[in-house]
Parts: sequence; C-alpha cells; structure tokens
Amino acid sequence: MSVIIILILFSILIAGGFLIAFLWAVKSGQMDDKYTPSVRILFDNDEETKINKENNNSNKNVSK
Amino acid sequence: MVFEILDENNLCSYYSYDQNPGINQKSVVAKNKYEFLDDEDVKKQLLDFTDSKISTVTFFIPDMHCASCIWLLENLIRLNPSIQNSRVNFLSKKLSVSFLTQEISLRKIVELLTAIGYEPLISFDDLEKKDLTDSNRKLYYKIGIAGFSFGNIMLLSFPEYLSIDTSSEILKQTFAFVILLLSLPVFFYCSWDYFESAYNGIKQKFINIDVPLAIGILALFGRSLYEIVMGYGPGYMDSFAGLIFFLLLGKIFQQKTFDILNFDRNYKSYFPISVTIIKGKEEKVIALSKLKIGDRIVLRNGELIPADSILFNGNGSIDYSFVTGESAQVEKMPGEMLFAGGRQIGSKIEIEVLKEVSQSYLTQLWNNFSFDKRNEGGITLFANNVSKYFTVVILLIAAVSFFYWLPQNIDTATTVFIAVLIVACPCALALSTPFTMGNSLRIFSKNNFFVKNIGVIEKIAKLNTIVFDKTGTITFPSRSDVEFVGDSLTDSEMERIITLMKNSSHPLSKKISEFFGFNSEIKIENFKEIASLGISGEVDGLRIKAGSPKFLSDDLIGDKLETDSVGHSSSKVYISINKEVRGFFKIKNVYRVGIKEMIRLLSKNFDLHILSGDNSSEKNNLMEIFPGSSNLLFNQSPFDKLEFIRKLKANGKKVLMVGDGLNDAGALSESNVGISIAEDITSFTPASDAILKASELNRFADFIDFSKKSLKIIYYSFGISVVYHIVGLGAAVQGLLSPLFAAILMPLSSITVVVFTTVSTTLIAKRKGFL
Repeated sequence: MSVIIILILFSILIAGGFLIAFLWAVKSGQMDDKYTPSVRILFDNDEETKINKENNNSNKNVSK
Repeated sequence: MVFEILDENNLCSYYSYDQNPGINQKSVVAKNKYEFLDDEDVKKQLLDFTDSKISTVTFFIPDMHCASCIWLLENLIRLNPSIQNSRVNFLSKKLSVSFLTQEISLRKIVELLTAIGYEPLISFDDLEKKDLTDSNRKLYYKIGIAGFSFGNIMLLSFPEYLSIDTSSEILKQTFAFVILLLSLPVFFYCSWDYFESAYNGIKQKFINIDVPLAIGILALFGRSLYEIVMGYGPGYMDSFAGLIFFLLLGKIFQQKTFDILNFDRNYKSYFPISVTIIKGKEEKVIALSKLKIGDRIVLRNGELIPADSILFNGNGSIDYSFVTGESAQVEKMPGEMLFAGGRQIGSKIEIEVLKEVSQSYLTQLWNNFSFDKRNEGGITLFANNVSKYFTVVILLIAAVSFFYWLPQNIDTATTVFIAVLIVACPCALALSTPFTMGNSLRIFSKNNFFVKNIGVIEKIAKLNTIVFDKTGTITFPSRSDVEFVGDSLTDSEMERIITLMKNSSHPLSKKISEFFGFNSEIKIENFKEIASLGISGEVDGLRIKAGSPKFLSDDLIGDKLETDSVGHSSSKVYISINKEVRGFFKIKNVYRVGIKEMIRLLSKNFDLHILSGDNSSEKNNLMEIFPGSSNLLFNQSPFDKLEFIRKLKANGKKVLMVGDGLNDAGALSESNVGISIAEDITSFTPASDAILKASELNRFADFIDFSKKSLKIIYYSFGISVVYHIVGLGAAVQGLLSPLFAAILMPLSSITVVVFTTVSTTLIAKRKGFL
C-alpha cells in the first residue's frame, strides 16, 4: 500500500509544477492584458506579405 | 497628411486591418503646446524609467479604438528608428514606449504621436501615479493557490467521502499530514484579507460581513487542525479550502474594473499640466505645480485659467461654461478679477496669479466639502447590515447549545459549539452580493452604463429623488435648434449672414453657423466684432449687423425687436441688413431622444428636479416635460446646486444627481449617487459614482429598475442561504455535523447561491433587452 504514498507525492509535485507555471504567468504580466495579444498575433510581417504578393504575381504570370 | 507619413515608411497595410481605421484629426495643435515636456521635472515624473541610454514612458491614448491602431502604434519604430519598442495595452488604452534617451526627446515622441492622430492625454493627475496591477495580480496568486490546494485536498479526502476502509494507520496519518500542509498557505496567505478586514471592522466598532466570515473560517480551520494533530482524521479542511476558493472567485467577479474610466477625477485632471509664465521679458514654460502667487501667466486662445488671478494686459473674453454650464462669454478689462476654470477666447492676455491653484474658487469645490462618500465605496450595505444581527444570533445559538450539552460532556459541548460556528459561516451570504452585483455591473457596462463598484448599484436601488442638470445632460451640449423669426430671408442673404458669423468666435455665432453650415468663399470687408454686443461687416455689398438689440439700436424699427424678458434675449441674435432690421435667430436647446418618455416613467416613482446653470429661456419647454411637482431652478451656480442637494438630503431624501460638467461636480459628490453623462466615455467626466453614455440616457429608467431587481435577487438568495443554515444548524446543535456532511452542505449552499444569482440576473437582463 505504501506505493500509494509515493504516487500521491508525485501527483502533488506535478500539480505544484502547474501551480508554479501559473504563478509565473501572472508575475510576468500575462494576466494584465487579456485582449491585445489576441489581436497582435494576427498581424503579418510586411516582408512575408511582399513575398506572398510576388508569389501570387508570378503564379498569375505562369497561368497566363 | 497621416497617409503621407505612413506611405513614406511603408506602413500602408494600416488601412487593411480594420474596416474603418483612422480617426478625425484634431485641429492642429499649437507649436509650443508640448514645450513643457522639455522641462526636467516634468520629464522625471512622466518617465517610468530612464538612464543615459534608454528611457521608457507610458501614455494614455484615448483615441485608440481598433486593431489598426494597435498595429500602427506597435510599429512606431518604423516611423522613427530612435524608438526602440512600443507596446499597446488596448483595454486600458495605454502605450508604453522605450526610446534612446540621447537621440529623441519625450516631446518629439508626443509630437509624433499627435501628428499621426494619437494625441496622448497628459494630465496633472498622471503625475501622481498609482498602480492597480499589483493588487490585481495578488488576487490571481491567491486564487491559483487556493484552487490548487482545494483540488488536491478534495482528492485526498476521497477515501473518506466513499467511506473506504483505511485501516492502515500510516496511510491515514500521511493523508492528514499532506492535507494539513496544503491548507497552510490557504489559511495564512489566501484568507488573510478576511481576518484583516474583520479586525479593522471590530477596531472601528463596526461588524461587517467579514466578521462572521472570519469567525467561521477560524472555527473551521482550528477544528480541523485539532483533529489532524490528534490523529482523528483530516477534519474539514476540504470545506475550508473550498470556501476560500469560492470567496476569492466572488471577489474577482465583482472586481470588474474599467481601466479606461476614471471615477475619481478631481480638478487636477481638467487643468493644464503646464503654463507659460513671463519672467522679465522671457517667456518660459513651467509645470503648474510650480506656479506661485505673483507669477505672470500668458494665456492664448482656448487656454484655461489655472488659478484665480487679475487680468493684467489684453482684452479678456472669458468663457466660464466649464464652471457654470452657461455658454456665454464674459468680457473683462485689465484690473478685473478672473476665476480659475475660465477659458480665454480670442487674443492673448497676461494675468497675474492671486491665489494658489489649490485655493482657487473652483478648486474649493473639492477642498471645502467632505468627500467621505467616496471612501465607503465597495462596502456592500445590505450584507453588512445583516451580518450585525447574524453574528449575534449565531453566537447566541452556539452559546445556548454549548450550555445545553455541558452537563453531559464538555468534549461534546465544545464540538457542538465549534460545529455551530462552522455551519454558520455566512459564505452564501457573502457570495450572493458579489455575484449578483458583479453580474449586473457587467450587464450595465455592456449597455454603456459604467458603475464604479457594486455598492453603487445597491445605492441606486434605494433612491427616491432624481435631480437633473439641463445643458449637456438632458439637452445636447453642442447641437442646437436655430430658427429665424422675422421677414423671410433669401438664400443668398442667408449665405452672407452665415459667412459673417463664421468669422466670429462667439458661441452663439458658432451655433448658428454650424446649424446652417454654408461653405462659401465670399470676402468680408470692414469686419468688426464688438465685445458682448455683436458683429458687423460688409459681405458682397450687403451691410450686415448681427447681435444684441442694443447693438442694432441705430437701425431700430420698433415692432421687430420684441425685447421680452432680459433672460430670453440672450439666446436671440438680431440681424439687420443695410440698416434694416429683418428679425432674429432664435437658438433653442435640443433635447435628447426619448427624454419625455423617460421622465414620464421616472415621475411615477421619483421626485424630479432640474438645476440649470443656464438662463430660464427653456422654462416653458421643460414645464411640458416635467411633472408639476418638480422644482425647475435656473441660474444656479455650482455652489447653489450643491446646497440644493444638501437640503434634499437633510429632508431625508435619497438623491441621485445626473450631470455632465465640472459645474455639477459639487452636486455629484454631495448626492447619494452621482452619475455623469458623457458623449464619449473616455472624455473627461467629473468625479462620480457612475458614467452613462449620453446616447443611453433614455434607458435610464430601465437601469434603475434593474438595480432594484438585483437587490431583490440578493434578498432571495439570502433566503436560500438561511434555509441551508437552518438545516446545517439543526445537525450541528445535535452534535451530528460530520466532516462529510459539512463537505457536501457548505459547497452546495455556495454553488446554489452562485447559480441562482447569475442565472436570474441574466434572465432579467434578457427580458429587459440588455443582453
């Protein structure tokens, strides 16, 4: 039965790891602004857009 | 212009991110408006961090409104390479910028932002920073820890819930020990606020809701600790951790903060951050806080008088609408007294400061009167009132059952005593208010009614008198209805009159020209503006004069100038063309949509009054809208308004003041609940308990009704929790309260209350069309 004690200690250790991850997230300010990051991720980098455009153009050229 | 800046820097995808990016560009700002940002002291106060290489600063940018704004503001680096990094917090409309200290000045950054249409708002208030994020983060920490402990303790208590035979003594002991370890941070960290608040309450001889709560928590924890140490089992630690977790959850639920709104603005927010003073022959920009008596200030068109002073030089034409609510300019001659809060219109003037900023007429509104009301915010009235009796009754029951059991066995007596305290822990009661009111707060804010905290909703539900300000509150502040009375004018005559009006900065001319809005390029000759009388000029051969009857008296033809009462004539502008009086423009306030219906609904349950800083020209119109019993008072100074509210309160009325301007500030804070009306919620509003977007004013009756219903929901959920308490107490006094029974009963009562309150508020809101 004593194996259960080890299991419990492990489970608490893992849960504690998640707790620490959560506390770290709060500390690093991830809970301060819950909206802006959701928008920020949608912005393209201009370099990429340019390449895409060029690709599109070249594709069109090929199809012609 | 903005497009050019963006195009140059290859930032045109700005226009592709949102449907309608861009904002109205504000009128071009004066060149030296931001000169004060070069001042070392101001800089020091504004910058978050600075060293010889890099500085960071945080701006509040009210015009930020869409995804494109975020994109552009986060790409500032491409507009100016000296800017290292810029980050947006959209919800609080804040932008933090870090830049190379050597290469670009703070002033340059502000001017850049202004040039692309995002003028940061820098006010006197900002210089005294306060940070809320810390307390917010703390709550998250606490919830995280309480949730972690609660979950794990529950898991470890499972064998007991299922009555699995744990004959192994070691296993039992280890479980209990681990549970104890897990509950320690909950007790010492997460629940500490409740003990502190209860202690403070008792110290001030006031039993708030946290007192019975603290007693319950203490009994729960103490009893369980005893059981664990004595080796009886894990005690009630699961209930304990669960309760703290729910309570903290309730806290975060009620703590909906509106970052972009500020309910506690005082005069400082309205005042400029800096002033231009003259020393010898030099003009110098200094921070307002450094202004001393005897300093000589230069005021340009549109600038605010920061302190009571004497006009020294130049023609003063002061617009006091900011203070009094009345839109008329007052002419001042050198040597006359000027009160703080007025705005100079027209040419440059020099004034000499007589009193310190904080001692001026306007600022006394804040200093003279006790602003204690603000401090009681956040305390929920009902729960606190109940908890007084609640605590007494519970202690009584506990004592009686203790003495009932005492003759039999002191151990049982103590157990029962503790059990009663455990069950009596009024968590359901403590939860009903935050969840009901927190939900109402959210529903209100979705409908553009922003309430400062949950205590205000409770206060709104108990009001019986409503006082309205007129201008800007029930009427549109800038829109007016203009009508021409007299001989009909031809279109070309009208066009010429309006062209003339456009050249005047007088508020009445502005209203008339805005209303008709011709856009012509006709030249005006011999334009003359005579202060407080009128304007004249030759437009395309027509000699036009516009102004007061006195101004036109040369051209007087009796019957057209019906000068009724003096008050009335101030919203009339008489017109003569080629020395012949043709009639007058009548300027009327435009009432907001749906006012009549709203007043009719409100008059059923409330006493209604009007306090206006304006003249009585609208009296007849108002009498049609308002019931006969209402007081309609005109020409009220800010102090009159405050006095009126005070009298109502002295007569035992619960007063709601609805106003919009600084002239209502005193009344707003004196009333039980002050609501300020704002066209644009991010614009300045005087200190108040709630901010209502002007377009929603017609739903005001619904808002009040909903507040009343919310309060009723709290009463009902209190009833529910009483039922649970009776069941629990029944078991407790008989000595039957097992840990298992407690572990089911206590979370169950909390959950029932939470579900009941949120569901019922949401249902009522749906029925009212709020959701």
